[in-house]
Amino acid sequence: MPTITNNGTESWRLRTSKEQWIRWVCWLIGIAIIMYAWQMISEKTVWFFVTDAPNQAADIGARMVPPKWSYMDKLWKPVWDTINIATLGTVIAMVIAVPVAFATARNTTPNIVVRTIGLFIIVSSRSVNSLIWALILVFILGPGVLAGTIAIGLRSVGFCAKLIYESIEEIDHTQVEAIEATGASSSQKMLFGILPQVLPTIAGVGIYRWDINIRESTILGLVGAGGIGLQLNGSLNTLAWTQVSLILIVILVTVFISEWVSAKVRGAII
Amino acid sequence: MADSSGTDSYPSSWKKAPFIKNSFVRWLLIVGGAIYLAAALGTMNIDIERVKEGLPRAQRFLDSFFPPNFADNRGVLWEGIAESIWMAIISTVAGIALSIPVGLGAARNLAPAWVYLFCRGIIAASRTFPEIILAIFAVKLFGFGPFAGFVALALGTIGFYAKLLAEDIENSSASQAEAVKATGANWFQWVNYSIQPQVMPRMIGLSVYRLDINFRESAVVGIVGGGGIGATLNTSFSRYEFDTAAAILIIIILIVMAMEYTSSFMRKWVQ
Repeated sequence: MPTITNNGTESWRLRTSKEQWIRWVCWLIGIAIIMYAWQMISEKTVWFFVTDAPNQAADIGARMVPPKWSYMDKLWKPVWDTINIATLGTVIAMVIAVPVAFATARNTTPNIVVRTIGLFIIVSSRSVNSLIWALILVFILGPGVLAGTIAIGLRSVGFCAKLIYESIEEIDHTQVEAIEATGASSSQKMLFGILPQVLPTIAGVGIYRWDINIRESTILGLVGAGGIGLQLNGSLNTLAWTQVSLILIVILVTVFISEWVSAKVRGAII
Repeated sequence: MADSSGTDSYPSSWKKAPFIKNSFVRWLLIVGGAIYLAAALGTMNIDIERVKEGLPRAQRFLDSFFPPNFADNRGVLWEGIAESIWMAIISTVAGIALSIPVGLGAARNLAPAWVYLFCRGIIAASRTFPEIILAIFAVKLFGFGPFAGFVALALGTIGFYAKLLAEDIENSSASQAEAVKATGANWFQWVNYSIQPQVMPRMIGLSVYRLDINFRESAVVGIVGGGGIGATLNTSFSRYEFDTAAAILIIIILIVMAMEYTSSFMRKWVQ
């Protein structure tokens, strides 16, 4: 701790003794929790497998090269499906998220009950991972692209609505007041006072989420919800490692392209 | 009475300015978007018969979710939750510990070009693959159980945390850094006294946020064998114990809500 001593006696120090003690106790508790957590995990670990991991890695690595390029013929359709899942899922999400956001934002919500419901929708959509949504929806709708699309949509509602309602709460009120002063009705106020201010955010959030959704939709196939994950799962189960490496390369390229597109479009809008 | 000739110079009606100014680009986007949507919807092959068949099944399915069964017949529910929490904590700590050097290296104003490119490469690789794919490989390498989940989540944390740390460092005020450098500080003192205080509040908030994400992700790495509550959830789905699954989902939602509240509280307290 930084101190200044003057002729051997301490004349200044950064923190009072009490603060210093509180910090010390917090660190102690934090480290104790971390050590305990580590102990719980290591108890359930078979250390033989962990020490064997480098061999396994070398083995799998050797089996993965060279990627089986000819398998690409069968991958175009799943890649197209993956992109569609992400895009349509984002569209569904935005259609639901915008009204939810307006119902949740403090300055546009009709009443406290609606706001609580809106917050609940946001949190529950965000806490359940898209893979779990897909797991449930595959039961209901059957395996396929549709289940994946709806899963992505439901998952994204919370994220989009949260970001949009936060930006609605941060708008410039003077513009709304100016519209109100012209005698506008509340829907006109919404349309001409609030919406133009948040429109760039809405577009930006949608594109940002689309980028995330591309990444998420690559794995939905693991539970049967369509996209390239289906091929990945099949290749993993049949130990076709050269196909796995090709699929990973395809995912990598798709994600890079989507990230580039998203950055360009967001740059153009904002 | 106003002079009527004056009204000519003012438009009598008003139209909202379009979002995209260039009308050609606007129409191209609208038409292109419509064609794409039609094509995409075409590949959806929505099987109405299957959905019709599925709807009563969905009804039964949702009915079997209620009431949620917290009784925990096989004694695995709370164990799974605890495992997920430990996994989330330890992977966040390990992930952040690994992120700090990577993040410092990926900040353009701290690192030389070759370090910068190397660290950005690590971040890009970690960000590209979803945690679940990392988990599949971790399970292949380390065997079933929470250790594999821990490795996957820690690696996933690097991509998130190091990227935001690097961006925050790049945005930090250069004048403070210069002032500390002017006192003759060495590299570590420079980083510790000029950069660290500037980025610390945001980073603490983000680490709580990442803990929250890791807990949520720990619910899915279990599906591929990475331990935690996800394994319990997956088993209860396969055993058609939907009431237990509902209980697990509700507990996950409640814990995430609690964490969200804590993180906003902590961020206020730190700033």
